[in-house]
Amino acid sequence: MNFGFTEEQQFLRDSVRKFLDERASIPHVRNWIESDPGMSLEFWRELAELGWLGLTIPETHGGAGLGWVELTVLFEETGRSLLPSPLLSTTLASTAILDHGTPDQRSRWLPSLADGSRVGSIAILEPSDHLVPSALQARGEADGSHWRIHGEKSFICDIDRADFFVTAFRTGENDEEISLAIVDRGAPGVHTEKVPCLDSTKSMGRLKLDGVQIAPEAMLGAPHQAWPAVERLMDQGAVAATAEAVGSAEAVLAITVQYAKDRVQFGQPIGHFQGVKHPLAEMHVDIESIKSLLYYAAWSLEGSPAETPRYSSLAKLYASDAFTRIGVDCVQLHGAVGYTMEYDAQLYLKRSKWFRPMFGDADHHADRLAALRGLR
Amino acid sequence: MNFDLSPDETAFRSEVRRFLDKHLPDDASHEDPDFLESWHAALREKRWIGFAWPEEDGGAAGTLMEQFILKQEMATRNAPPLGSDFMGLTWVGPALIAHGTPEQKARFLPDLLAGTSSWCTGYSEPDHGSDLASLQCRAVLEGDEYRVTGQKIWTTLAHEAKWIYMMVRTDPDARKYRGITCLLVPMNSPGIEVRPIPNLSGVTSFNQVFFDNVRVPVDNRLGEEGQGWLVTMAALANERIGISESTEKSDHLDRLIELARTAQRKGKPASADPTVRRRLARFEARIEAMRLNELRHLSARLEGSAPSSETSLNKLLRGELEFEMSELSLEILGTAGLEEGPWQRAALNWHGTIIGGGSPNIQRNIVAERILGLPKD
Ligand SMILES: Cc1cc2nc3c(=O)[nH]c(=O)nc-3n(C[C@H](O)[C@H](O)[C@H](O)COP(=O)(O)OP(=O)(O)OC[C@H]3O[C@@H](n4cnc5c(N)ncnc54)[C@H](O)[C@@H]3O)c2cc1C
Repeated sequence: MNFGFTEEQQFLRDSVRKFLDERASIPHVRNWIESDPGMSLEFWRELAELGWLGLTIPETHGGAGLGWVELTVLFEETGRSLLPSPLLSTTLASTAILDHGTPDQRSRWLPSLADGSRVGSIAILEPSDHLVPSALQARGEADGSHWRIHGEKSFICDIDRADFFVTAFRTGENDEEISLAIVDRGAPGVHTEKVPCLDSTKSMGRLKLDGVQIAPEAMLGAPHQAWPAVERLMDQGAVAATAEAVGSAEAVLAITVQYAKDRVQFGQPIGHFQGVKHPLAEMHVDIESIKSLLYYAAWSLEGSPAETPRYSSLAKLYASDAFTRIGVDCVQLHGAVGYTMEYDAQLYLKRSKWFRPMFGDADHHADRLAALRGLR
Repeated sequence: MNFDLSPDETAFRSEVRRFLDKHLPDDASHEDPDFLESWHAALREKRWIGFAWPEEDGGAAGTLMEQFILKQEMATRNAPPLGSDFMGLTWVGPALIAHGTPEQKARFLPDLLAGTSSWCTGYSEPDHGSDLASLQCRAVLEGDEYRVTGQKIWTTLAHEAKWIYMMVRTDPDARKYRGITCLLVPMNSPGIEVRPIPNLSGVTSFNQVFFDNVRVPVDNRLGEEGQGWLVTMAALANERIGISESTEKSDHLDRLIELARTAQRKGKPASADPTVRRRLARFEARIEAMRLNELRHLSARLEGSAPSSETSLNKLLRGELEFEMSELSLEILGTAGLEEGPWQRAALNWHGTIIGGGSPNIQRNIVAERILGLPKD
């Protein structure tokens, strides 16, 4: 039993952080989110060359063949720098193909995801935002050996960047008769709409599917039986997003601690006042606690999958509550400059708001944990 | 990052389970003195009291991970504690191992492990609580004896203990931290008077202790003169670990969930209310975070770091948790919570445990100042 990171994992963290400090510091991030296409294609290709886009994709398919602990390290660092990229989305799309695809599907999709020539995202939720099978109403009808999907998908990350969407839809009347398919952005009947997002380091949008034809080779896993796969994908999303949240929370805590050391009022640094330093201490307690839960959840994805639902929910529940508070308190501890566009605290505040409902909000995960204990 | 048990750890866990099968009958009562005696004898034979202590000090030289496994398994089966002298085993013993002379170790450790000595801790004084380093209880060296005069207060179990591990001021002119020394003093020494103080539940758990020219041989000094603060920093960290163990909170949560399932609120079990279930889930998240924080800190210690400020994290988590859990139990019980019972006792006792070992504000100061580097008060 060991809770530490290996030397290789530590090295990965150091090199990711070094690269992001140099190439994706906050001024870069602000440039990207203020310009329209945002991050350049060349930069995205560079991330591919660094191996970040295929971290868990097997080497035979052009990836690095690492695991979820390494992904967690990567996402903590991209979260720390608020990197506005489709990394999370494309990782989840490739994870779905890796976990549920046939050998043919893996060979067809994974290399292009690892080298960055294609970007994927996932389309699970619908306008109701409810993460239960009955809330999935987009419907696939059998059409010979094909399927035709009608419906609407919401809250899709990186809608503007993704070339395809791993999409969940209903293929039967029973609650859990859910299927997963790869829907090409360019297919007839696919309409995408970008919706401005409160957190401009994240992009978001909707997908309308008007009788989109799905070939058998685009179906992921057996038809009607994909709900467990959807749940696992959501757990993976929760773990990855929580890792980003840890990085972001640490970054905004560091900024605020520094501010508390520098800003002088009543003849002393404001960090001298317990009304300032105690909330900062509480943030540290919460961030460390989230890390403990997160690392266990990340390890469980490969090391103990039966425990993943519980641990991803524990981590996301704790993190949703805590990062929300951290975002708010850090802005407040800056006084009026915290309320300005110029000061960075607001960027993290918005990220904390993005994180709160993503991949299940606190209540969703609390309900799930209660159910796992037989309480309902 | 690997939470699988190693083959050795798995073997050790099986050994613990076999031990429990053999020595912990389902109907064992933690109050039954005969059972407790045979339980402690069996533990001693295994050297599982003082499990992680070096062999030459009477321990089993168990690894920290094995110790974690041992405690988890014991807790899962609701076993009585590993040894009866909590303070002695949790911080006095480790302080002796770290700072004691060979003679002192030989003199104190065997009794500690056998449970025949019992220890209390003399830090706080009437005018010196949170600001512990300003303590004034005076010890003056005369020949090969110290003469101790002054007071200690809130001394848990002083009315039962045979020994007190205490901090005294030996040099009033040295800087605050430098003038402090640790002494190990028999409670039956002439000149010691103990006055019990009932707590708000009416129970006597702590005391005021008066020292009037108490003679303490210089051999009973732990560490060098003036090194008492150093000795005690580690002891305080061990205390925070000892009083913030997650196993105790998981047990508390199990009982609370049982209460929520069975107690009726407005004609339905309390657990039918989704807000109750969500509060329970949030407790679970924090308790599991405490457990994994413990494990993470242990992993860091395997790399060589000693327990220190990070132990304040779980002390803070525990304090808030215990409060919120107690509040929920009383809310669920409603008026029935006014009738004498374990939930009521737990809710009242919280007011002591939140302060003992250092108040939450002091823990926040430790985190803010020593970990985040913010200015000192
Ligand atoms: C159940 C129990 C068992 C105990 N057992 C022992 C024992 O065995 N041996 C022993 O030596 N002591 C023991 N204590 C004493 C305990 O360590 C002290 O009570 C504790 O350190 C606080 O000191 P105090 O009571 O003098 O409170 P004070 O230090 O006077 O504090 C009063 C209030 O002021 C706050 N405060 C103080 N300083 C600051 C600051 N700098 N910033 C912000 N807030 C501050 C505190 O948080 C507290 O709320 C025990 C206490 C309890 C309740």
